[in-house]
Amino acid sequence: MTSQAAMNRAGPGELAYTADEMMTVAAARALRDGMTCFVGIGLPSVAANLARATHAPGLVLIYESGTIGAKPTQLPLSIGDGILAETADAVVSVPEIFNYWLQPGRIDVGFLGAAQIDKFGNINTTVIGGDYRGPRVRLPGAGGAPEIAASCREVIVVVRQSSRSFVERVDFVTSVGYGSGPGDRERLGLTGAGPKKIITDLGILEPDPVTLEFALTGVYPGVSAAAAKERTGWDLAVAGEPGIIAGPSPAELDALRSFQALGSRQRSH
Amino acid sequence: MVFVSAQNGSDVAEIVSLADAVKRSIHDGDALAMEGFTHLIPFAAGHEVIRQRRRDLTLIRMTPDLIYDQLIGAGCARKLIFSWGGNPGVGSLHRFRDAVEHAWPSALEIEEHSHAGMANRYVAGASGLPFAVLRGYNGTDLYRLETLGAGHDAPTIRPITCPFTGETLTAVAAIRPDVAVIHAQRADRSGNVQFWGIAGVQKEAVLSSERSVITVEEIVDHLDPRPGAVVLPSWAVSYVAHVPGGAHPSYALDYSVRDNEYYVAWDAVSRDRAAFSRWLDEHVYATGGQEGKGGLGGWVPPDAGGSGGVAPPGVNPGRR
Repeated sequence: MTSQAAMNRAGPGELAYTADEMMTVAAARALRDGMTCFVGIGLPSVAANLARATHAPGLVLIYESGTIGAKPTQLPLSIGDGILAETADAVVSVPEIFNYWLQPGRIDVGFLGAAQIDKFGNINTTVIGGDYRGPRVRLPGAGGAPEIAASCREVIVVVRQSSRSFVERVDFVTSVGYGSGPGDRERLGLTGAGPKKIITDLGILEPDPVTLEFALTGVYPGVSAAAAKERTGWDLAVAGEPGIIAGPSPAELDALRSFQALGSRQRSH
Repeated sequence: MVFVSAQNGSDVAEIVSLADAVKRSIHDGDALAMEGFTHLIPFAAGHEVIRQRRRDLTLIRMTPDLIYDQLIGAGCARKLIFSWGGNPGVGSLHRFRDAVEHAWPSALEIEEHSHAGMANRYVAGASGLPFAVLRGYNGTDLYRLETLGAGHDAPTIRPITCPFTGETLTAVAAIRPDVAVIHAQRADRSGNVQFWGIAGVQKEAVLSSERSVITVEEIVDHLDPRPGAVVLPSWAVSYVAHVPGGAHPSYALDYSVRDNEYYVAWDAVSRDRAAFSRWLDEHVYATGGQEGKGGLGGWVPPDAGGSGGVAPPGVNPGRR
């Protein structure tokens, strides 16, 4: 993984780690042992595999390639690497993974990335700028995300935070979070509960229980709420005194680094 | 496995060369689905389509991947129907982006869906139905584009009311390609085809299409049953071509591994029009259709290994 952030300065007896490593560790911690997790490509896949390698050995990883219960020993570059099929409990077709497994709400948590995300947790992975037919930037598009966002019991988003990617309103709603606010998911017939956490390279955002607008609830060691506000394109609310999230443990860092040393030249987008 | 022979020989798959299979089945203006979900992507067949200079194709694929990046950059496509157009784990498909953002080498019309939508569209096609039903798209701008008529030239997403419960669901239009192309592990000499591992939507793509071409790693006397394998009987297939390594840089489980370094290296080649054009000349047009036998040319991308002429690890086509 390429880190865009400087190494955290380590004091005596402290571990040095990058902001990306902290983010990946925080995302992994959000997954509980025994959960079923529909894993998106990139950062979410790294974090889900880290969780399996550390505190959640019974985590069931499900990829849209139809691999259910994949247990890769090295990081896959794609969602369809051979290691996923070879280690899976079951390999099913793509229509089956979406129709039989995702759609009825059998999967606990959807783990997604984003190119752009707004204060209601709506995700854009389609186009940025211009209009749809003449976009400034053409992104990959929807993939499995719209139905993961709609049908998993809950959703966790892992994305680096910047004022350009954290916007008041996304340019294109590829996957629905809370739409334009309370009541929208119910009105739209979306069966899952929606995004519960946005985990970034600065800290964690969670939806306000009443307004459903994402607010800062936790920051990493050495990160200020002001810095998080600075890197948010909407007027980010801060929940009281945001908690300080513990830095990575030696075991977490070791597991993450050995994964990445073993794995492909994973780049996250 | 024992298959009942078809009475009429013209109804079973013919085993032909890849060049012949493409020549006979894929024509200018066709709707062409080359499927394979990360696994078993029919790259060698894609290169043959480029070599035969097919034009105005409607390319259909859930994940365009490098194979359609190459066809789009080579000027074969008029339209793309897809659901995720990235280089998995690496980033953008630059030829696809250049076509959409700058109409190079020509404008590319797009029709985009989610994976669930595309998968169900193939299921409808394979089932002989005009549409499929799913819970999906509600609240997304993919849906909004359709209702505004701003996205596609013909509607492919519509609300539908369940006749039993009154619930509002989403209908997606069937995909009915003129021709489907997939890669598989094995066929027997009668043209019965078997593949296993990640099976994607290949079965649905073949069964929803008018014609089909299947390239295979191996042609064997008898297909041994394998747990979880998909079998397409000869009478459901048009052409089979023996193309070992024909999925590279994708892979065929139990025959090859995914060449992840190639996918990473493609980023630099595809980013630059001139570099891409050189790649096409040297590694598609100049091979005269011999790729797939000895590999895909041992192509060395610029900047991939640091020194020209030394292949980076993994850019080693056809390895087992």
